[in-house]
Amino acid sequence: MASLPITVERAGLQRRALNFLCRLRGGDEVAHLITLLAAASILLVTLLLVYELYGNSSLPRQKFGWAFLAGRTWDPVKENFGALPFIYGTVVSSALGLLIAVPLGVGAAIFLAELAPPRISNALTFVIELLAAVPSVIYGLLGIFVLVPLLRTVVQPFLKTTLGFLPLFQGPMFGVGMLAGGVVLAIMIIPFIISISREVLLAVPVEQREAALAVGATRWEATWRVVVPFARAGILASVFLALARALGETMAVTMVIGNDPRISASLFAPGYSIAAVIANEFAEATSDMHLQVLIELGLVLFFLTIVINGLARLVILSTTGRGTAH
Amino acid sequence: MTATSNAVTVLKATEESPSLGRGATPRAQLDFKLRVAGLNFYYGAKQALYDIGLQILVHRITALIGPSGCGKTTFLRTLNRMYETVPRARAEGAVLLDDEDVLAMDVVSLRRRVGMVFQKSNPFPKSIFDNVAYGLKVNGTRRKGALAEAVERSLRRAALWDEVKGQLHKSAYALSGGQQQRLCIARALAVDPEVLLLDEPCSALDPIATAKIEELLFDLKETCTIIIVTHNMQQAARVANDTGFFLLGRLIEFNRTEMIFKTPARRETEDYITGRFG
Amino acid sequence: MGARETWRKFVNVFMFSLTGLCAFTAVGFLFFILGYLLWNGGRALNWAFLTHLPTPVGEAGGGMANAIVGSAKLLLLASLVGIPPGFLGGVYLGEFGGKTFSFLVRYTTDLLNGVPSIVVGIFAYTIVVLPLRHFSTLAGGLALGVMMIPIAVRSTEESLRTVPQTLREGALALGASKWKTVATVVVPAAGRGIVTGFVLDLARVAGETAPLLFTAFSNRFWSPGWNQPTASLPVMVFTYAISPYEDWHRQAWAAGLVLLLLVLVTNIAARLLVSGRMSVPQV
Repeated sequence: MASLPITVERAGLQRRALNFLCRLRGGDEVAHLITLLAAASILLVTLLLVYELYGNSSLPRQKFGWAFLAGRTWDPVKENFGALPFIYGTVVSSALGLLIAVPLGVGAAIFLAELAPPRISNALTFVIELLAAVPSVIYGLLGIFVLVPLLRTVVQPFLKTTLGFLPLFQGPMFGVGMLAGGVVLAIMIIPFIISISREVLLAVPVEQREAALAVGATRWEATWRVVVPFARAGILASVFLALARALGETMAVTMVIGNDPRISASLFAPGYSIAAVIANEFAEATSDMHLQVLIELGLVLFFLTIVINGLARLVILSTTGRGTAH
Repeated sequence: MTATSNAVTVLKATEESPSLGRGATPRAQLDFKLRVAGLNFYYGAKQALYDIGLQILVHRITALIGPSGCGKTTFLRTLNRMYETVPRARAEGAVLLDDEDVLAMDVVSLRRRVGMVFQKSNPFPKSIFDNVAYGLKVNGTRRKGALAEAVERSLRRAALWDEVKGQLHKSAYALSGGQQQRLCIARALAVDPEVLLLDEPCSALDPIATAKIEELLFDLKETCTIIIVTHNMQQAARVANDTGFFLLGRLIEFNRTEMIFKTPARRETEDYITGRFG
Repeated sequence: MGARETWRKFVNVFMFSLTGLCAFTAVGFLFFILGYLLWNGGRALNWAFLTHLPTPVGEAGGGMANAIVGSAKLLLLASLVGIPPGFLGGVYLGEFGGKTFSFLVRYTTDLLNGVPSIVVGIFAYTIVVLPLRHFSTLAGGLALGVMMIPIAVRSTEESLRTVPQTLREGALALGASKWKTVATVVVPAAGRGIVTGFVLDLARVAGETAPLLFTAFSNRFWSPGWNQPTASLPVMVFTYAISPYEDWHRQAWAAGLVLLLLVLVTNIAARLLVSGRMSVPQV
């Protein structure tokens, strides 16, 4: 064998250095850097957001501390503020919204996933998902002029006469109030529940359904007792995600909830949500304390949604191990 | 590890590796296009190629055969460093293209000189013209005239010109599977590579399309050095001058094609050829 | 035995009918919303509405031309603020990303996505309105832009993911550097999905009201430049709807209709475009 005239001198490390220089010259490292900086800017913005929220709410945090969350007064003149009515309103209206939306949404998802033929299912889902695109203020508009009169003249009297013994359905009937807020939220979050639940149900393996049918179950029994439980983690996740959205919803709720910072047992009573009070009072806050209290409320809302979203993510993560498709 | 850095070691490895064996006339060194010695390849901690050594002669078609997972495609992809897209892959050893260290040179110029055609045709979602011209544009050619000439030349070399000459502006996806693969060959040829690597280029094609491509390979080898990985032994027997047999990450035997198929030196080669495993 | 069978069959039909009712109710909501707005808004929508400024409070007539222009300016600014980091960040995650940093970026992007729009408004307020001491289009554009970022990132990354790896390899094998491959092959191949994502993103923020309430605020006149408060369609809908004036209610419907049509048409067009044909056929 004739000998090789050249020497292969470069060791592994030298090769890597050479390759790096070539990449640098070719522009790859610059491109990597630019995109990395863009990604880092997102981190920066988020950190800045939290920082600004926290920093600009120092007055009330110092004055009220944790008691802020339990306070019930809202007096801008005397600068006495408490967050409880708003937390209460946010939670109750969202809970009511879920109470209405979940059965309706899961029911619709079951229909779309189990019963409807694929083309109809896709077409209907397409339409339902458009609901998610409707701006909040439009829901509010219809809320004021359609829902509230309807509640005031038809629904609330009906509830009062049939279920009036419950403290939930007592008191004057204005139309605006917690019930209106809950209903409007329900309509707004339904598309999320339907969309996700439907996907999760569709992903349940055919074998599960077939196994149930093979032992003589009716279609409904197979669906309700086998398919839905199999998909329940995904459905639960969709509920959490819908809840997170409901908590942050501003305009529609502001326009129908009545804007009264009180805690009342009745769903007919007006209430207030965190987002609604910020929307109504921020631009005309009377003092620095007032403004910073509203910012602190924003911080509270922020943490609430983070926690709920985090729970949703945990639920999703716990399912991917189990094989429940999502 | 040591083979990477030492000329003497490279020499030794070359002398010990399978090379053109019995019956071959001695070749002058200048006829070697690619020389590989002591090549080891790793995916992370897992070794995929063990001490590969061979010489590829210029203006010939070399086929690499072997069962699935034997490393022939891994080996092919070290020749133009396509493994660099995989995060923890690394190659160690000597790979020389005309006396230049492949593993240290600028990868962009390497890939101009060593082109590749993939198993499944992968034309870009652009027009036929833009597909073929892509390599040239990326490497700096801008003049419309030069591009048009090069596109025509490459399409002729790929035996596709007559079929598409009036429709260069059409999407590449309008072509049939066989035509798309020939388009990919034209695209690779446009930058005038010295070596063309083909990774099972006909595996997704029907016999007629396959025959067309095999025919054009014969013409191409006049101007190019061709290395083709193939699952199809008949194809290797038909087109290749030299054949290498890979098994479990090692190069078992490397010789003139007729020697490999008629009188294999190793039992493993014979078992594979005769179909005892596949 | 027979009675139980019959009962189960009855339950079967009943429950499924119920679910069907749920589905059609949900669908019905959309048609009701659209229909009601078409009816009420259509009657109030006229040329004057689109081209005139609002009249003094209490006077009938006038239009929302300044709100339409204001919304357009806000959306332009939002695109400038939100799309570049969103797009480049998505490219980073899809093409360049390292493992831990990518995880961090994705997590933070999801976090930002979950922030209620009014809180983003507060952020823009503290960053722009407080230092400048007045409301401005700039502040509103910033708020909307920040809201656009997470979805821009996600849609870019997911669109890039649909591009088959073999396309990248084809370009690399021809001697294209990585960034050239991304810029000249991968991004164009994913182009349709990316653009659609941005358009949907824009349509979403076009309807946002809350973050504008104390950033861009409102304006009964034209808002020249970027440094003054500006009217916008969603805020006008809100303001007019909660007012005591009949004529303003009428205009709120018209504005609502314009907004809704804008958003729905964009959504329908974008979804049909993406589901219809893809840039790279899945061979």
